[in-house]
Amino acid sequence: MFAFIARRLAQSILVMAVVSAVAFSLFNFVGDPVNNMVGQDATRERRAEIRLQLGLDDPIPVQYVRFVSNMLQGDFGISYRIKQPVDKLILERLPATLELVFVSAIISLIVGIVAGVYTGIHRNSWISRSILSSSLIGVSLPTFIIGIALIYIFAVHLRWLPSSGRAGTIDFGWWKTSLLSLEGWRSILLPAITLSLFQLTMILRLVRAEMMEVMQTDFIKFARARGLSERAINYGHALRNTLVPVITIIGLNIGGLIAFSVITETVFQWPGTGLMFIQAVDFVDVPIMSAYLVFVAILFVIINLVVDLLYAAVDPRIRIGNA
Amino acid sequence: MTNLSSSETPSRLARFMDSDVLHSFLRSPSAMIAAFITLVFILAALFAPLIAPYNPFDPAQISLWDGKLPPSFAGGDDRYFLGTDNQGRDMLSTILYGGRLSIIVGLAAVFLGMLMGVTLGIISGYLGGTFDAVIMRIADVQLTIPGILLAILINGIGRAFLPVDVRDEFAIYVVIIAIGLSDWPQFARITRGATLVEANKEYVASARVIGLPSWLIMVRHLLPNVLRPVLVLATLGLATAIISEATLSFLGQGIPPTTPSLGTLIRVGNEFLFSGLWWITLFPAIALVILVFSVNLFGDWLRDALNPKLR
Repeated sequence: MFAFIARRLAQSILVMAVVSAVAFSLFNFVGDPVNNMVGQDATRERRAEIRLQLGLDDPIPVQYVRFVSNMLQGDFGISYRIKQPVDKLILERLPATLELVFVSAIISLIVGIVAGVYTGIHRNSWISRSILSSSLIGVSLPTFIIGIALIYIFAVHLRWLPSSGRAGTIDFGWWKTSLLSLEGWRSILLPAITLSLFQLTMILRLVRAEMMEVMQTDFIKFARARGLSERAINYGHALRNTLVPVITIIGLNIGGLIAFSVITETVFQWPGTGLMFIQAVDFVDVPIMSAYLVFVAILFVIINLVVDLLYAAVDPRIRIGNA
Repeated sequence: MTNLSSSETPSRLARFMDSDVLHSFLRSPSAMIAAFITLVFILAALFAPLIAPYNPFDPAQISLWDGKLPPSFAGGDDRYFLGTDNQGRDMLSTILYGGRLSIIVGLAAVFLGMLMGVTLGIISGYLGGTFDAVIMRIADVQLTIPGILLAILINGIGRAFLPVDVRDEFAIYVVIIAIGLSDWPQFARITRGATLVEANKEYVASARVIGLPSWLIMVRHLLPNVLRPVLVLATLGLATAIISEATLSFLGQGIPPTTPSLGTLIRVGNEFLFSGLWWITLFPAIALVILVFSVNLFGDWLRDALNPKLR
């Protein structure tokens, strides 16, 4: 077990080293960092001063080490465009992304599991069939088209919900939340549904497949023979045994949610970290770009570690196999 | 020589006509429809300059006065069946040219990913050792990150490295590379798996015994025998690549509006959706969805047909 964790940790550190090298080379080789900071018409002395300040005359390895140590202290430099510290900008935007991901994870979990169990048990009812075929459409439609369609239907046509932005936030210390007001819920609903659809169908299909498999097993037949109620069999016995793969998929899906949040945030102009990255690319705002890279890498490293550990905790074969 | 061999083993065409694959194809209506639609799209892409009523990239044929006209069946001008976009480009022609770009980018990206993945996969599977361990570790790590996110990130980095004035010009190559780099691990994995199976068979052992060099065994003997699963993956990957391209372009990070792909068209149209100009978004979106859906459907059928275990 220890060897397993140690190996995974070493791997994570390697990944972070590579990503930080990419972020560092972005910093140093995209445009002229001095020009980016002071503009074209600064005096020669001012430029030299900035160069010295940034340590741009030092050897590259020295610069890289400094870059990494700054990064470890949460210092990603100053945004070229907004002229504010990048760590502060990310922290400002983070709650929007996390809340969006959280709400859509809840939606996809609840709807996915309920629909999955239902379609797994009532395999041939017309409700199951229509759920399954609409889920197929959900998978093959690109996220942004679903977003546009929802905006068109619910915001432009029916005028029920706002089309974009994050209205009705309430300050909670530095955390601005949209989960405490009606207006906030109204604006988070469409992006969250858009983001949840893909994960929802995956969970649905997985739960359905697992349910169908579990229902064939002997212990379910035995439970039936014992005369347990359908409900106890379905939810107490069958569903519980489908949850192991579901946990992993959900863990991995959090990564997927983060990934697709970039798209969803852009479609709905939701002021999260993903939208910030897209805008940063448009303006070649390198400090934000490299910070976002590192941020995403950290997120995925953590998610993978947790999923691996969960795996190992749930399934002893993995512990033995890798230790 | 050719006569002799053809009299002993039937020709490729004859073998194909008699194969399980064709048989299953002819018995699957959804596969035939999907293949037909995909074929129509590819032909339309190939011959877009001949079919399209106008050339949307030729400024001489575009008039701003004709901008934002609705489709002819919805009260628009008879000259423009699907209406015009904000710059007065005929939507039908623009979609034909856009679909062409989408398909080209998709094919190129899949090809790049396939080339990389198959090469690394065969070498990994056949040679094993440290090379295998390193490559597969990298693939594992990369597979934990969703392809589209990786494509967005690589594409963003690629764009940042380009000077502003040539960014639009080279955008298409950056997109192809970004998508290609984001999907090689799947090809590498599946190729490696197939190679491991094939490498244990007798024909590979015999090839080794008669002293063929490793590279020749890999290219001549292993490659043709591991291509089946790769083919399936490439077909399904094409659908994903087309979606990825459309997504990048929709995010404003892909093909520029001067020579729009389907994704770019949807992006441009999205800005006019609120003013009621639905056709600029709707038609490219429909084209994209049908294209992706039929490629996917065809890929699904191909997967089942080439894998007898599933039947």
